Amino acid sequence: MGRSGDRIGPTPRPHHVRRFDRTERALHWIHATAFFALLGTGLALWLPQLSVWVGRRALVKEIHLWTAVAWAVAVVLVIILGDRRALRAAWREIEAIDRDDRRWLLGRRRPQGRFNAGQKLNAIVTTAFALLFAASGVLLWLSARDSRFRWEGPIVVHDTLTLLSVAVLLGHLYLAVVHPTTRHALRGMTLGDVREDWARRHHAKWMEANETHGLPSADSAIDVPARRDAETPRRARLARLTRESRGDRGA
Amino acid sequence: MDDRVIGRAAFLGILGAGMAGLVWGRQFAELVGRLVPDAVAEILPTKGWRIFTIRGVPRIDPALYRLRVDGLVERPVSLSLDDLRSLPRAEQVSDFHCVTGWSVKNVHWAGIRFADLLAEAEPRPEARWLRFVSEEAPYVDTLSFEQALLPDVMLALDMDGKPLTRPHGFPARVVMPRMYGYKSVKWVTRIEVRRDFVPGYWETHGYDSDAWIGKSNFFRQGIE
Repeated sequence: MGRSGDRIGPTPRPHHVRRFDRTERALHWIHATAFFALLGTGLALWLPQLSVWVGRRALVKEIHLWTAVAWAVAVVLVIILGDRRALRAAWREIEAIDRDDRRWLLGRRRPQGRFNAGQKLNAIVTTAFALLFAASGVLLWLSARDSRFRWEGPIVVHDTLTLLSVAVLLGHLYLAVVHPTTRHALRGMTLGDVREDWARRHHAKWMEANETHGLPSADSAIDVPARRDAETPRRARLARLTRESRGDRGA
Repeated sequence: MDDRVIGRAAFLGILGAGMAGLVWGRQFAELVGRLVPDAVAEILPTKGWRIFTIRGVPRIDPALYRLRVDGLVERPVSLSLDDLRSLPRAEQVSDFHCVTGWSVKNVHWAGIRFADLLAEAEPRPEARWLRFVSEEAPYVDTLSFEQALLPDVMLALDMDGKPLTRPHGFPARVVMPRMYGYKSVKWVTRIEVRRDFVPGYWETHGYDSDAWIGKSNFFRQGIE
């Protein structure tokens, strides 16, 4: 399989490298689950045709509201209980849209880090949208209770965000689940690790940084569980090293 | 240049645009509404209707439907849909504005003026208010005689050339285009003629009873 041919030894099993830690995956799946629940109930409240079929509007509204509350609580819990240092490091990686990323976005093949430029933009947009959904949602909730909060904007923002995030989601789902060369990434978000040869093709700069700095790639079948604790400080270091190796100043 | 500047700028830019939308979203929506083709607007509520109910859309059997007009009247009446259709028919084109910020322009309504409807029941001289009771209990709202008798106020039976659909209040709804939509009670089954004012459903939740467009509910700017 791919580059595993370089290796000496009898193992035909592809080697894997850890891409996302538990905190990152927890955050992703909490967000994904909540999004689908909120989208389903939200559409039932929003689209005239659906709202007629779904007679029990009050119940749907309750579900929508409590899902939103559960989402917010879960996200806060992950941030409190999870690996905040790794999250901060990941966010730094996401915000760093370097020269290669900019060219990649213009359609050229450039080596990419642990997140490619599209994934970085997706993460930035999703995070900003989540905050705006929450802000406009709270205002809508307040406006149903107190007319001083009945501004005209929040409903427009909430609706627009819905349309835009469905568009972003469709692209994300296509690349993560359907598109043959990229859908292996789903494994990284479920099990945490990805095939080394795949990572080398799609995230060359990340793999390069792993090797340059003597960080061995993980073989999921053997040592990933034991490496979990050691992994996150390394991830932070790795992000820093990745930036430094590219001659960036970092933050 | 620090590479993080771009990512951070994108993040803050989106947040800023969204925050601006919270304040100026209506102007933005009007712009988009003009750009979006009608076919899209019918599927997505970009410039079209949104159906807000408190208990879900009621189902009314037209054969069993009766509109009661009672209270301070000489002659309480119970009118079937055929009875209503036999009353003098009025038509109008008016805009519909929701207090939550969306509007539908140029809606064609047909129905009955309240002067003609009330003539059936003969209100007593001391009557001042009309309380509209919706099949969607506990939704009610109130208009004064003065308001209900304005020339562009009616009990509508048809919208855009067809009988009202269920989401729009079948079989009969109030149309009060000078006030926000919550005054235009849908699925009206009873009109109680009263001497004293009683607040409507949303009025008990803090909304203005005199819900004039652009002059109530903290909106100080008129809508054309």
